[in-house]
Amino acid sequence: MAGHAAVMEAPTGFIRKYIFSIDHKVIGIQYLLLALFAVFLGMVLSAFMRLRLAWPEEKWPLLQQIFPQGFAGGPMTPEFYLAMMTMHGTIMVFFVLTTAPLSGFGNYFLPIQVGARDMAFPILNMLSFWITFVAMAVMVMALFATGGAPIAGWTSYAPLSALGQVAGPGLGAGQTLWIVSIAIFCVASLLTSLNFLTTTLNLRARGMSLLRMPLTVWAWFTTAMLALLAFPVLLAGGILLLLDRVGGTSFFIPGGLVVSDQLIPHQGGSPLLWQHLFWFFGHPEVYIAILPGMGVTSHILSTFARKPVFAYKAMVGAIFAIGFISYIVWGHHMFMSGMSPFSSMAFSITTLAVGVPSAIKTFNWLATLWGGQIRFTSSMLYALGFVSLFVSGGVTGMLLAQPAVDVALHDTYFVVAHFHIIMGVAAIFGIFAGLHFWFPKMFGRMMDERLGKIHFWITIAGVYAIFMPMHYLGVAGALRRYAQLTEFDFLRPMQPLHQFITVAAFVTIAAQLIFVFNFFYSMFKGKRAGANPWEATTLEWIIPSPPPHDNFGPIEPVVNHGPYEYSVPGAAKDHIMQTAPAEEARR
Amino acid sequence: MQKQEWNRCRARRGLLTCAAASLLAFGAGCGGERTEQAQEQPGAEGGAVWKPTGQEGSVTGKINFQGQPPKYRAILMDADSVCAAQHSGPVYPDSVVVNNNGTLRNVFVYVKSGLEGKSFEVPSDSVELDQEGCIYKPHVLGIQARQQLKVVTSDNTTHNIHPIPKVNREWNVSQPPGADPIMQTFSRPETSIPVKCNQHPWMRAYIHVMGHPFYAVSGDDGSFKIEGLPAGEYELEAVHEEYGATTQKVTVAANQPSAADFGFNAKQAYGPSSLKMMPALALSCCAHGSD
Amino acid sequence: MPLALAFFFWAMALITVALFIARVWWLPELASAHGGAIDDQLVLTLVLAGIVFFLAQAALGYFIWRFRARGSERASYWHENPKMEVTWTVATAILFIGLGIQGNRVWAKYILTQAPPDAVTVEVTGQQFAWNMRYAGADGKFGRTDPKLINDANANFLGLDEADPAAHDDVLTQNLMAIPVNRPIGVILRAKDVTHSFYVPQLRVKQDAVPGMGIRVTFTATKTGEFEIACAELCGMQHYKMRGRLLVMSDADYEKWLKDRAAAQ
Repeated sequence: MAGHAAVMEAPTGFIRKYIFSIDHKVIGIQYLLLALFAVFLGMVLSAFMRLRLAWPEEKWPLLQQIFPQGFAGGPMTPEFYLAMMTMHGTIMVFFVLTTAPLSGFGNYFLPIQVGARDMAFPILNMLSFWITFVAMAVMVMALFATGGAPIAGWTSYAPLSALGQVAGPGLGAGQTLWIVSIAIFCVASLLTSLNFLTTTLNLRARGMSLLRMPLTVWAWFTTAMLALLAFPVLLAGGILLLLDRVGGTSFFIPGGLVVSDQLIPHQGGSPLLWQHLFWFFGHPEVYIAILPGMGVTSHILSTFARKPVFAYKAMVGAIFAIGFISYIVWGHHMFMSGMSPFSSMAFSITTLAVGVPSAIKTFNWLATLWGGQIRFTSSMLYALGFVSLFVSGGVTGMLLAQPAVDVALHDTYFVVAHFHIIMGVAAIFGIFAGLHFWFPKMFGRMMDERLGKIHFWITIAGVYAIFMPMHYLGVAGALRRYAQLTEFDFLRPMQPLHQFITVAAFVTIAAQLIFVFNFFYSMFKGKRAGANPWEATTLEWIIPSPPPHDNFGPIEPVVNHGPYEYSVPGAAKDHIMQTAPAEEARR
Repeated sequence: MQKQEWNRCRARRGLLTCAAASLLAFGAGCGGERTEQAQEQPGAEGGAVWKPTGQEGSVTGKINFQGQPPKYRAILMDADSVCAAQHSGPVYPDSVVVNNNGTLRNVFVYVKSGLEGKSFEVPSDSVELDQEGCIYKPHVLGIQARQQLKVVTSDNTTHNIHPIPKVNREWNVSQPPGADPIMQTFSRPETSIPVKCNQHPWMRAYIHVMGHPFYAVSGDDGSFKIEGLPAGEYELEAVHEEYGATTQKVTVAANQPSAADFGFNAKQAYGPSSLKMMPALALSCCAHGSD
Repeated sequence: MPLALAFFFWAMALITVALFIARVWWLPELASAHGGAIDDQLVLTLVLAGIVFFLAQAALGYFIWRFRARGSERASYWHENPKMEVTWTVATAILFIGLGIQGNRVWAKYILTQAPPDAVTVEVTGQQFAWNMRYAGADGKFGRTDPKLINDANANFLGLDEADPAAHDDVLTQNLMAIPVNRPIGVILRAKDVTHSFYVPQLRVKQDAVPGMGIRVTFTATKTGEFEIACAELCGMQHYKMRGRLLVMSDADYEKWLKDRAAAQ
């Protein structure tokens, strides 16, 4: 333990303390700030997309000044739109939805919630962050690459992504940088997940049995398992794709392709192989984004309803079931791909099966509220918003899971609505809920409740106004990844709805400035927070806000209670800390 | 980034992109501004810029053709009604056009060797490539390295202009109706760069990038004329997209016209395809080098 | 705050469901034989999903309002009910798996149907950014093709080998496809460069065209008229403009059209 003691020495220099820190709390905040940058970048990109979708032929002289090529001649060019789309998806999925809920909050709170003084491998942890940072830098370079940013979408289907500049603008240097960035990101996520798993299994405080762990820890733990097995597959796929591009191999490029009149000298590859590899990663990735949000929501609903989580064990089982089933459903992205129709049948059943644990979670959340004494903090509002969004985004999965129905809905805005609501917006609501909940712990100050509530209201109304209409568009056949939807007679009548969505998106995007202001203002000027402002029970609330470098100082936490002992009959207070003496247990 | 370079970058790629490009300077290997910088100095190839003395000669000639030209299916332009509406009769490919006098049109003739050590001024005027009725006009054009290519559209439909060079930078830009002309340059000499519109796949032009101004394209009488050549011995090459290249030596005397005729034979009923293999190991990031 | 939030969830659920029921935006008018079963399955699932959605949002809103904190009252310490848990687990499992089996039956009927021998066969090849249609012509045989012979500028988009006698009468069109009404159509889907997807909304047909594969789709159009063929898989910068026209006509018109096209080229 000598090494451990050395690690616990608080660093004094600025660089060791804030830049190359091995403190899991600093690293957690670094991840969150990276995600904050990424989410704003991604949101600005989506604003460009919405601009073109609503008014595809309008000229924008001011934007033309800034992007002479992207707005050549006045209107936004389709390749600029596709570049925005690709980068929006990629940045949001990888650098926001993977980074913030798992690496950000997980890093900060997983060790504290299990009673550890740091992650199991602090230096590896620091490396994970800086590797992620490099991945982000390379991705930003892709945005400004010679020949344009990549346009193949966040899924980068081969052979479009494998052929180089000849297949379209942005598919040269931009696409190469994209793959390199993703490969680097995979390495970082792999290291992070190793750290999470080891910490959870080995560094729990005395008395912190597995079934006394908060559901947040269970969620991060399961997510880390998904990441551990999913990212290496994408890494391998990415390397193969890179080799196809620069090494002359043919993993994904079949023989006899003629692109822009150029005969491609490859043969023997399979475009479907890339889709299988990508989605074998891609579907667990969806759950990597949403599972931490589920954990946070369970945690916060219980705290502010002042009730134990309903059916804790079923919740743990459901998290595990979702995690497991998520590995055998990837084919539902490929119903129309030319894959065997019998595979489609099997994937259809497994996909619908994943709805069962998801439904269990929803029932349990509602049951957690039943009989509660709900306190409407802004954190709770986001958690309630999460439940609503999870239902709205989840039920549409019933349609998309069926290949027959997918004939009508595949690659339409119905899909866009489905995954944005469930893995985009719901996950973001999970992040907002967690941020408002843990902000006092992280920075020792409270966030402004009034601003938080204003932000919540505009955001929830905004996201529903943006994404609900997309279901109608999708049923009517509107195709995604179209730079404009006015070239087809059957699409043109839907243009007013696109304009409505764009206006809603602009308002919602503008409202995010309220959050940014609240975040930074509260960091320096917010009301001082005590150790346990929410009267919550888990271990992070027994230590000062913000916690000292070694988390628990002289205390050696010993856990005597489950994580959600609220309103225990006969107890002195309405909540029992996990470390409270055993006598306070219910009689 | 120097001021001059900055301004050029800004005009072409936009404020934000340039700011980011200069910030991310270590990405310059792919950004490629540097390689072009060297190319843009006049006379960089060595030697002073050549100035005409008024004593130059010229070369004239015609391109004879023997045999049956290939039979192509008509381009029906079903793909885009805007294109189809601009043609009353069937449209045939421009690949092999034999003039009434039995000569071959669209043959590019240029001085292949004999000018070594000289470098030439880049003309300040631009060369125009028009898109009319979903056909490129002209079908074959010559341009000097670093001379401006001006792509205009007369069509009421969106085109994209996609040259596929081997040594120059590949680009692919869309041009909606009424859009401003696209201005581009090629930084290195390269013959037979195919230009393609992916929206109207039948559209094709060829661009020949030269390091000097001594080239011509055979017209509807099959003749060509290269003027202003200093006295000396040269090798001329005539290039045709279907029938390949043929060369001959020619001696040019001061103030004298010289003659050089070329001949092409139709070897097969339908000519060899002009499909070219992609270089298998083209590093798309760095092999194309210049921006 | 609780009441406002409850109202928000109720209103949101109500408007969403109402706009679906009113069919303000709805599926394009059906024009194929197999599409009815797909539509029925879609509507059935949509109704079930709509009910689940509406009840869950309504319950969420109601609980929010009903269980808002009142003074210093304590919440109830109620956190398990095995009978209830088993009930809703089994109920959702039956609902979802049942739906899956029913959906698979519809799927199997559509996708496993093969074109009968007398079906009209059209080969459709996607490229950036156009659809190339090929009819076998009078001899009923497709001519030999070779990627090496492809030359778009010479209007040989498919690399048809004119030396093959079967090739001469092949009828080629671009972005234009004619088919007879009420006759089974077998489409062979190919792609020259990248993955495309053949989508005709009114026919309820959508299938990726994958390079290196020849994927067969079978359908029967039941209405005459002009429809649009869209590309439904991102294929490059002008993916959004990859539009073909599909003309569904009477048998006689179709035969005449095919003859006229053969003469024109």
